[in-house]
Amino acid sequence: MTWDIVIGIETHVQLTTKTKIFSGASTEFGLPANENACLVSLAYPGTLPVLNKEAVMKAIKFGLAVDAQIAEYSVFARKNYFYPDLPKGYQISQFELPVVNHGHLEINNEGVNKKIRILRAHLEEDAGKSVHGIMDNKTGIDLNRAGTPLLEIVTEPDMSSAKEAIAYAKKLHNLVQWIGICDGNMQEGSFRCDVNVSVKPRGSDKLGTRREIKNLNSFRYMEQAINYEVSWQIEQIEDGHDIIQSTVLFNPDSGETKAMRSKEEANDYRYFPDPDLLPLKISQKDIDLIRDSLGELPEECLKKLTVDFKLNEADASIIVSDKKTYEFYQSLVASGLDAKITANWIVGNLFAKLNDHELSIDDCPIAQEQFILLIKRIMDQTISNNAGKKIFDLLWEDPDKNVDTLIDTLGLKQVSDVSAILPMIDEIIQNNPEMVEQFKSGKDKAFNALVGQVMKISKGKANPGQVSELLKEKLTKS
Amino acid sequence: MKDLSLNELNQGLKNKDFSSVELTQYYLNQIKDLNTEINAFITIDEEKSIQQAQQADQLISQNHISELTGIPIAQKDIFCASSWKTTCGSKMLDNFYAPYDSMVVDLFNKCGAINLGKTNMDEFAMGSSNETSYFGAVKNPWNIDFVPGGSSGGSAAAVASGMAPAATATDTGGSIRQPASLCNLTGLKPTYGLVSRFGMIAFASSLDQAGPMAKTAEDCALMLNVMADFDERDSTSIKRDKENYTQSLNASLQGKTIGIPKEFFNDELNDDVKIILEKVMQAYQSLGVNIKEISLPNSQLSIPVYYVIAPAEASSNLSRYDGVKFGYRASNYKDLEEMYLKTREEGFGDEVKRRILVGTYVLSAGYYDAYYLKAQKIRRLIADDFTKAFTECDLILAPSSPSTAFKIGDKTEDPVAMYMQDMYTISTNLAGLPAISAPAGFINKMPIGFQLIGNYFEEAKILNFTHQYQSISDWHKYSPGGVL
Repeated sequence: MTWDIVIGIETHVQLTTKTKIFSGASTEFGLPANENACLVSLAYPGTLPVLNKEAVMKAIKFGLAVDAQIAEYSVFARKNYFYPDLPKGYQISQFELPVVNHGHLEINNEGVNKKIRILRAHLEEDAGKSVHGIMDNKTGIDLNRAGTPLLEIVTEPDMSSAKEAIAYAKKLHNLVQWIGICDGNMQEGSFRCDVNVSVKPRGSDKLGTRREIKNLNSFRYMEQAINYEVSWQIEQIEDGHDIIQSTVLFNPDSGETKAMRSKEEANDYRYFPDPDLLPLKISQKDIDLIRDSLGELPEECLKKLTVDFKLNEADASIIVSDKKTYEFYQSLVASGLDAKITANWIVGNLFAKLNDHELSIDDCPIAQEQFILLIKRIMDQTISNNAGKKIFDLLWEDPDKNVDTLIDTLGLKQVSDVSAILPMIDEIIQNNPEMVEQFKSGKDKAFNALVGQVMKISKGKANPGQVSELLKEKLTKS
Repeated sequence: MKDLSLNELNQGLKNKDFSSVELTQYYLNQIKDLNTEINAFITIDEEKSIQQAQQADQLISQNHISELTGIPIAQKDIFCASSWKTTCGSKMLDNFYAPYDSMVVDLFNKCGAINLGKTNMDEFAMGSSNETSYFGAVKNPWNIDFVPGGSSGGSAAAVASGMAPAATATDTGGSIRQPASLCNLTGLKPTYGLVSRFGMIAFASSLDQAGPMAKTAEDCALMLNVMADFDERDSTSIKRDKENYTQSLNASLQGKTIGIPKEFFNDELNDDVKIILEKVMQAYQSLGVNIKEISLPNSQLSIPVYYVIAPAEASSNLSRYDGVKFGYRASNYKDLEEMYLKTREEGFGDEVKRRILVGTYVLSAGYYDAYYLKAQKIRRLIADDFTKAFTECDLILAPSSPSTAFKIGDKTEDPVAMYMQDMYTISTNLAGLPAISAPAGFINKMPIGFQLIGNYFEEAKILNFTHQYQSISDWHKYSPGGVL
């Protein structure tokens, strides 16, 4: 039997606000334990939540970026359960009436576009952390993270392979950073996914029972976890077992998913509207203001690159995979560089180098003006592309070097002067009558060999395009 | 200094008839004499109070004196006060010292009033007799075999017995008005949102409201002048211009209308209470007020609605008392779950547990719609009844309590009988309206009050009506051991 895979994703996106969602405590990461645990974070008696407007604006921004409906009226609810890192004994979240409804995100998986529907996105507060193993036999509680604003983004079950799920997660990861609502730091837990997976016989209308893989904070683990989970579910069903709806955890060491103990998930959260907070009302005016500040979205930028700049889809996708790269590219083109050559240089050379050194574009050692100069020298044919690569490597090693000085000191300037190239061509034609004969009888290979000869006697400095052009002219005339 | 009004105390301090230290010491001595018997205070700290009084005397000597500067005020032990123990009447918080002031305490501190001590109360404000306090029952100063009412029974007993000139209190379903009624005091529950809930330990967040408890409407007005203030730390606090509640105390009532809800004045109403309330009506008529029958058709649903909503919110509000961060923690447990169970089993009293159970039940999956959601809908209908009624009258007159005080222990075995104590007060909490209870007379030597309910933010009108009544009656002047 063949199977359909059905995947839906819930993503917890940590919003980049200065202070917590319901208090004035800082959200700074990495501080000593409980440094950011203010009285509200500690749930001291009589303390009350006050909503952080910035968190709401960021939620709206997301809603607009995925073309969703922004609720004029939404409600904060209490999700009640006991856990030591949940100081109030309830989490403030949105339940029945979330702030964002019905959006979508378009993904591209191996050349195929697909629309993934976003059911809802709601605001909530994060919990603290239980810290094991630092005190004998005791568990520590760190409430620094308690109250950090999260946007939980829930899709419809629209993905049908691990690859699509990853494409969605990456696209979302890019988008939330692009619009400036999340730092995207997966190690620090700023972007975490819960993935719901089920399988059903191919073409069946009836969804299978799903299991939810909790808390995946790397794309690689996500792919492994989904693939494992899918094979496991198929195997179970084919062996005649039912799938039991449950929450599972992925163990990166074994590469397996495993159900949590049923007790850990048997919770009746007793949701009800939080009486300490008024319903959240958002006016059209607020929405319009935020829309104006949204700027270009990755989708529009991609279109601009492929349509206006005629870049291929692959290069364009890489350039818009990150807002800073896109802005870097934009500023280069704006300074007069050729769109295609620049794209090739960013994707082919700069990115390769950055990836080798595990650096982001912010950490690129080469000064932007030197990078621009380098591409300019290639464009104006002062140097060949190969010479450009040599200079690029040298600049990387020593960012204080100057492109033009390097061209001079290394003698990389290419000869584009016809009067200088023609004598060389004549010499080669004269010395290689056999090859000329071969070319004339239709062997293209011979032509390349002749160009090579000219390049050789020019010591690589002749402009290869020009050599090729002049040579062809000469040979076809005579 | 006994029986002086807040205004008279203010005059005395201004005229240097006595200092704040002398005044504070006088009340501290009263407490020493009487509190062992009455049990109105949980925490007294002479040193802190006297220190505040010394600071107040300095202010007064520099002529920086406002209406309550230098005057000792008893604080209900539900209000967090920096460096004071704040117990909320519970074993759970018997070791809890808040590192912050509630807004109410802060406002009194800022105007130079003295914190005289923290008053006893039903545990987490759950109760109508002050018998659920971990710190023991409070005795009614009019007869120590009787309850003072609750949950602000400590505040009521403190003022009624002359241990404090005035006190703060809170009212979730009648906890200011019912004890005021049972102790011959004037107590005002303001409009929901008028007084900040910041630092006031939550029982039922959508119903809790702080207010003053004192001998007269005038004293309540002076207290409310301090207490009513916008607070951005409480999202339900309402931003509006400050009012002076003493300004219109003497306004004429000629031509005004008091509504009498027929649902309250029915056969169920105790005959003696009815007679007393009729006398109150006659007094108002003598002041030129018209009396008009009105209807609050859904008011009989108030108790069931309240006992769904209040426990639901309480069950969630009290989840934070888990032994992890502050307050009581059981000493022996083998794992986390047992720590939770034992901490809450040992730390909470029966009434609190009962309400947590009820609240947890009504919010459970499968019951939410039938209980909580339905209760919220009826709550709206109850509020709508009042809105409609106020198109026909200025204020509504109602009983404050179904009877005078009952004997300690009389209702402890029957929670529902206890809940009925608040049958006339609860609907205003559900609607968020302001209401006052003021002395109306005595039945068998025990006091009883009448209640006036106003529209939103009509505290000034309520205080005006009550003050006018008090200017032609003298029930509020009686104190225990007096002429009766």
